[in-house]
Formats: sequence, C-alpha cells, structure tokens
Amino acid sequence: MSNQPLFWIFALLTCGGAVGVVISQNIVRMAFSLIVSLGSTAGLFFLLEADFVGATQLLVYVGGTLVLLIFGVMLTASGPFQQIRVSPGETFLGAAVGLLLLSVIAFTVIDVEWDTLNAARTEASPGAESGNTARAIGLRLVGIPADHEIGVHEGRGGRTGYLLPFEIVSIHLLVVLVGAAYLARAKRRVADGSTGGEN
Amino acid sequence: METGWQAAGDLETTMIPSLAEATIRSFLDGAIGNAGWASLLAAVVHVALVAGFFGVPAGIFIWAERKISARIQDRLGPTRVGGRFGWLQAPADGLKLLQKEDLAPKAADQILFPMAPYIVVVSSLAAFMFLPFSDGWIAVSLDIGLYLMLAVMSLEVIGVILAGYSSGSKWALFGAMREAAQMVSYEIPMAICVVIPVVAAGSLNLNEIGALQGGWLGNWLIFHDPFTFATFFVYFVCATASCKRAPFDLAEAESELVAGFLTEYSGFRWSFFFLAEYASMFAVCGIATLLFLGGWHTGIPGLDESVQGLRGSSASWPLSWLANVLGFGVFFVKSSLLVCVQIWVRWTLPRLRIDQVMMTCLKYLVPISCTLFLGAVIWPLVLSATTGKTTLLGEPLGERAAPALEIQADTTMTGREGDLP
Repeated sequence: MSNQPLFWIFALLTCGGAVGVVISQNIVRMAFSLIVSLGSTAGLFFLLEADFVGATQLLVYVGGTLVLLIFGVMLTASGPFQQIRVSPGETFLGAAVGLLLLSVIAFTVIDVEWDTLNAARTEASPGAESGNTARAIGLRLVGIPADHEIGVHEGRGGRTGYLLPFEIVSIHLLVVLVGAAYLARAKRRVADGSTGGEN
Repeated sequence: METGWQAAGDLETTMIPSLAEATIRSFLDGAIGNAGWASLLAAVVHVALVAGFFGVPAGIFIWAERKISARIQDRLGPTRVGGRFGWLQAPADGLKLLQKEDLAPKAADQILFPMAPYIVVVSSLAAFMFLPFSDGWIAVSLDIGLYLMLAVMSLEVIGVILAGYSSGSKWALFGAMREAAQMVSYEIPMAICVVIPVVAAGSLNLNEIGALQGGWLGNWLIFHDPFTFATFFVYFVCATASCKRAPFDLAEAESELVAGFLTEYSGFRWSFFFLAEYASMFAVCGIATLLFLGGWHTGIPGLDESVQGLRGSSASWPLSWLANVLGFGVFFVKSSLLVCVQIWVRWTLPRLRIDQVMMTCLKYLVPISCTLFLGAVIWPLVLSATTGKTTLLGEPLGERAAPALEIQADTTMTGREGDLP
C-alpha cells in the first residue's frame, strides 16, 4: 500500500502529541500538543478515506473545542505561562487508569479477527474505499438508506433517521450556551454593584 | 496526503473524471514504470503547484496593495524597483525581511513563539488544496471540498492565539484575543452564507459547483434568486472580516495596540503572517468566485459552450489544456478583482471599534444570513407552487446534482438490507 509511510507519520504524531500532553507542565503547550494529536487523527481518518469524519474532526475538535480550551485557559490563568504541578498520588492514579484503558484497547484490538472483518467489509460495501462518504452519511441522517432509491420507502411510518436525535442534542447544547451566558452576565452585574462602579 | 487519497480509490468512482493529479500520475507512471515513485513525484509536483498558487498571487497582491493604496492617497507608490511600476517591490520586500534579525523576546515561550507563524501559513496553504483553479485543476477533489476547505481555514485562528499568547507581551495578547473573538464570530455568518449557494447547486463539491454555472451570465449562482444575490454581499463582508482586513483589522490597530499579535515578530516570521493573510484573501475571494460568480466561466453565451466543448473527451489534450488555461485566467481575474475591492475598501473606510465589530457580526450579519438562508430554502418551494418550476430564469441548475445522487445510490446498492434502521 502506497500510503503506509504516511500512516506511520500520522500515527507517530498522534502518539507523540498525546505523550506531549501528559509530559508537558505548561498548559498552553499541552493544548498545542493536543492540537498536534487531534490533527494527526484527522490525517489518519483521511488515510482511511473517511473524509467527512476527518473534516469534522478538524472543524469541531481542532478548530472549535481547542480554541475554546485555549480561551478558557488564558482567561482563567492568574499569571503568565501557567504551570501545572501534580502530586505523586495523582500521577499514580492517572497512570493506573491510563494503563487500564490501554490494556482494554489492546485486548480488544488483539481479539478482533481483522482479516475476516476486512473481507466482510469490502464485500458488504465495495464503494467504501473510494472516499466521498458525505452523501451516504447525509442520506442516513434523514432516514434514507444510501442503497435505496428515493421515494421507494415512503410509507415507513415516521422514520426520521438520526436527524431528530441530532436536532434534540443541538437544542440541548443551545440551552446550555444560553444558560452559561445568563450566569456569566448575572455574576458580573453583582460584582459591579458591590464595587459601586458602572458598566 | 494527496497521492494516498486517490491511490486506494478507483478513479472511475470519483465524480470528476479529468483530475489533474490523475493525469500527472498516469503520465509519470508510464514514464517511470514504478507506481510508488510515480505517485511520490506527482505529490511533489502538486505540492509545488499549490505552493506556487499560494505564494505568487500573494506577492502580486502585496504589490497591488501598495500601488492601489498609493493612488487612493494621491501618491505614486513604488516606482523604481524593477522598472517603471515597481514590479519587483514584493520580492524586494521579501529579501529585506529575510535579512532582518530573527528576534524573540526573553519572556516569550521559546517553543510556541517560533511555531505560531507556521500554523497560520500551513492552514492557509492547505486551503488551496481544495480550490479548483479551472475545470479539474484541483489537487484534492472531494464531495465535501467546500466543507473541508472552510474547516482547514478555520485553523488559522489557533496560530493567531498562540502567537499572541506566546509573545509574552500585553499588546500581543490583547490583539490576539480581539482577533480570535472576531474570527470565531465571523465564521458563523460566513458558514451560513456559504450554505445558501450550496443549497441552490445541490453539491458541496467546488469543482461541480463551478462546472454547473456554465452557459451564460444568468447561470451564475449570484443571479439564481434574490437571496443568493444578497448573500454574495453578506459573504463578502464576512470574508473580509475573517481575513482580518480593514475596516475589521482590530488586531493590528496601530494606534491602540502597536501591531496586535504581530508586535513581537520580526523578519521572516512576520512576513509569514502577511503571506498567509494575502493568500487567505485570495482563497476567500476564490470561494466567492466559485460559489457566486461562475467560477472559471466567462458568462458570455456561446463562448462558454465552445470552450467546454474543447474540454470534452474527444478533444486532444493540448486543446483541453488550453481551455483550462483560459478558465484559469478567467478565474484568476475574477478573484483578483474581488481582492482589489478588499484593498479598495481597506483604504477607504475608517476602522471600526471592537464593540462595533462584534455588534455588526452578532446583531446584524447573523440574523441577516439566517433570514437569507430561510428565504433561499423557501424560494423554490414558493416558485414551484405558483409557477410550476423552481427557478425564475432558465433551467434549475440543481438538477445536475440529482443524477449524481442516483449514480451514487446505484453503486452502493449491494446487499445491505440487514442493517436498515
């Protein structure tokens, strides 16, 4: 396979970024390591021809969540270049949880018979390797299976696919955002009142 | 990444049969005989081409900015460097910046401070991978090309924040915070505006959107309905703001913040930020050209059809290549004119205050873009209910996306009955 070297580059960057998050003491450097790690994960998605998932990974995690994270770190930091210090007990706990998770993942990966699974996958959807997954994902979202023509399954009784749950989750997120904005404003007004200043 | 993309896939299954990459790769494959080396060489050629499209227009626009700003202010601008009109001003600037000392403040974060310009440049350069310069002249042609392009361009803000934070200077930090708030806010109306022509075209593939606007001027998506016409101007305002151009250049407000997040940078790292800014201007104007202004089509009835005929599979390669060169010229002229409008606006309008910038976005542009989106969605429904067809002028362009849907449905129709929801 011609993209094997690319796979190794992205895999090493992903792991290196993750290790960097753990090792570094400086919060913003940690955030930067996380950017490297998540961005390389997007690269791995692209190598697997999952272009929509990769693009969403870039947009949501690297572009959105991390910017929020950096904002949060910068606005809450009391001094320049804030450092994190962990006690030995915390290190031990974190390492134990991490190792447990790693062993779970490792055992799962070893247990799966990848050859038969890959054969079954290519047999089930021969077009999956060509990328361009967005159309199938979009059709699934509105409840139309990608392997059926539109209009055939009209009378399937209110099947909405994943669109309705998706919308419900979005509204929940909006409620959380509005609530956060409300709380932040209310607090500032109280503080203003106590100092007697305006604006 | 570009070669790996197509190497695993079958070329027949991609939407665009005449990918430039495929042509280069098959040519090299025949010449060398080793598929691995051929795809590596093709990747190198592509990276060089994309870097050229990234760097050369940026250099031209830096010169154009100097000349146009000078004319607007009743000056002459560069006149001597490299002949009559100061043609070589941009390379001279680059040489000067290369010679400057690469300074870093003692208080700066020694890893992130040198790294930040590269993040900005790389995200700006990567956006050009998804921009078609002519029919099929695109490095990576994807069904979600536009989405991925916007996703990659939104990473620029990380570089700006890191630059401001790692400089260890208050001016830089204030500038970066303003900048980040502005860029993140303006992404919302910009994304909504981009969706409106996508709804009209029925595709996120930039090459497809560009291709279906051929024919005559009325087929350009800006004239598709009244809502896309208004959307173009809203998009242009948002795009100008997201490139941090005046009147939205709060981050670099010299009178308040020295130079914003650029304060502590010097030499080549500083010029990287500017290179990325001018390249981003070209990229967003290229998106505007493709989504609204007919892409590489001239808009003259008759001419477009004959040029498109040259691109057909029956034509020999020099003719189709010539047609693409013409298309590239048209695309470049349209995008450059939009960039010139951005330059013109910068030297004409005064800078907004930060609260005015945020208010313009959140109180005006977001509601306007949402209303336009709603209108653009309802428009075809109302038209089909009253007049019986979905467009006022000509045939609906979106129909070209519909057969692609059926083709996709056919290719994937193989025994997946079991996992129906």
